[in-house]
Amino acid sequence: MIYTDKVMDHFQNPRNVGVIKDADGTGKVGNPVCGDMMTFTIKVKDDKLDDIKFQTFGCGAAIAVSSIVSEIAMGKTLNEAMKITNELVAEELGGLPKNKLHCSNLGADALHAAIADYRKKQVPGKTEVSQESEKCYCPYCEGPVEGLETACTACHIELEECPHCGGLTKKGEEKCAKCGADLEPV
Amino acid sequence: MRQVYLDHIAATPLDPQALEAMLPFLQDKFGNPQSLHSAGQEALGALEDARSRVAGLIGAEDSEVYFTSNGSEANNFALKGMAMARRDKGNHLVLSAIEHQSILHSAKSLERSGFCSTLVPVDKNGVVDPEDVKNAIRKDTVLVSVILASSEVGTVEPVAEIGRFCRAAGVSLHTDAVAAVGNIPVDVRDLGVDALSLAADQFYGPKGSGALFVRKGVRILPFIDGGIQEGGRRAGTENVAGIVGMGKAAEIARMKMPERQDRMKVLRDRLIETLPKRVDRAYLTGHPEKRLPHHASFCVEFIEGEGMLLHLDMKGIAVSSGSACTSRALKASHVLLAMGIDHALAQGSLVFSLIDRTTSEDIDYLLDVLPPVIDRLRKMSPLYTKFLEDNQK
Repeated sequence: MIYTDKVMDHFQNPRNVGVIKDADGTGKVGNPVCGDMMTFTIKVKDDKLDDIKFQTFGCGAAIAVSSIVSEIAMGKTLNEAMKITNELVAEELGGLPKNKLHCSNLGADALHAAIADYRKKQVPGKTEVSQESEKCYCPYCEGPVEGLETACTACHIELEECPHCGGLTKKGEEKCAKCGADLEPV
Repeated sequence: MRQVYLDHIAATPLDPQALEAMLPFLQDKFGNPQSLHSAGQEALGALEDARSRVAGLIGAEDSEVYFTSNGSEANNFALKGMAMARRDKGNHLVLSAIEHQSILHSAKSLERSGFCSTLVPVDKNGVVDPEDVKNAIRKDTVLVSVILASSEVGTVEPVAEIGRFCRAAGVSLHTDAVAAVGNIPVDVRDLGVDALSLAADQFYGPKGSGALFVRKGVRILPFIDGGIQEGGRRAGTENVAGIVGMGKAAEIARMKMPERQDRMKVLRDRLIETLPKRVDRAYLTGHPEKRLPHHASFCVEFIEGEGMLLHLDMKGIAVSSGSACTSRALKASHVLLAMGIDHALAQGSLVFSLIDRTTSEDIDYLLDVLPPVIDRLRKMSPLYTKFLEDNQK
């Protein structure tokens, strides 16, 4: 099995699956092109996460990540929940295969987006945009890439920005790894 | 727990007779076929005997069969060796859009040496139109390569027809027949190909054994430089036991093919007919009739393949998926995308490939286990929730 027992437990018995009808905040990340999509809905009471529900389209790791994120965050204050990192999520799961590490990014991002959505609604007129979900990751080694660099600092693959979605793709590829759009041949 | 292996395309169990034939060459008969002493000559005899059996399976002459270590090597050998040998004539390749990575990446590698390639599209069933191949051939085209049968969607391509166009145009034709050889009748003369790749692990032979057929008189550069093995075109001490196992498996495949095909086709057709009845919004991929006898592939809407694969594995059922998540590159199958299937649906890909021991009960078991697995994953899927909401409106 490619996954740890903990991952398989959360995959088989995911906690907090569903959608909260009258949610205080909603967060959506990913898209089917990448293979993963998550939605988190939250209820907030006294600045604490009173209820969390998620839905996930994605692989075993994506489902397990969403489940454990919901479990870790339940009952926490919003500030505490915002501090949940992808490293923590992967660690709690006993590790993830290297090429699935991006799933742990998505889980924390989706929760943070839901909290950001809640906060935005609390302050009319104020627009708080979650920077988290805009973070770029090398599509080949999953290492974080700061803005547009010509090469990934971790695996040294040369990258370029897709003109359609802004995602990063290996230089010379015919299709964008993120949105699938045709790229002009170099 | 019941164990149902439906991933023939990835691996087949070694035929006990092939194993028996191999064992002496892993033990007492360890000679090197290039040695002049008796031990060497005994190994050489076994090697040539195996060559004859592999040639017999595809209607080739013995001297036209070159052993390789697998199908990918045969594909690399053909594409690079034949293109480079024709470099003075031109630098253009014609490939189908649904070739295996070992063909597509070989072409990419050739592009760095000055070659360029045209990808011929496929229709929604994954079929290449021979007219499109004909139209893609240019004055500077030196090689056409079209897969004989797709391992991802099972479609069998009209290679014989493509062969006629290539001959008329005076262009060499290679076919990647890895998923086909040993499973459907393949005759290199009927197909009119100049080169053809095959691998033993697709027909109950050992892993690590493949071969490239190269028609007599066709120019190809050596793939591994070194000694005189394989006519100097693929040097290196031969994998004698593996080759002997492939020879035996080829002989058995030739004899048992009609029986195996008939048995598996019945089960395949039941799966193709029943699965979409048990599961709403599950679609067959590949051609409904012109497909491998042991292959049934689908795309299930709103969910992702790996989740299905893991749940089925926990119930003892082994299958594969062309979803992005199951490939290490995290990209959806280029074959499904080339067929015009959208990204989200392509993620729900499931490939069932039967083996000769698959039973009717195995298929029943799968058909019982799969629908609740799909229900469970759909209940978790934001795409399914959206679909239900849109339907209510």
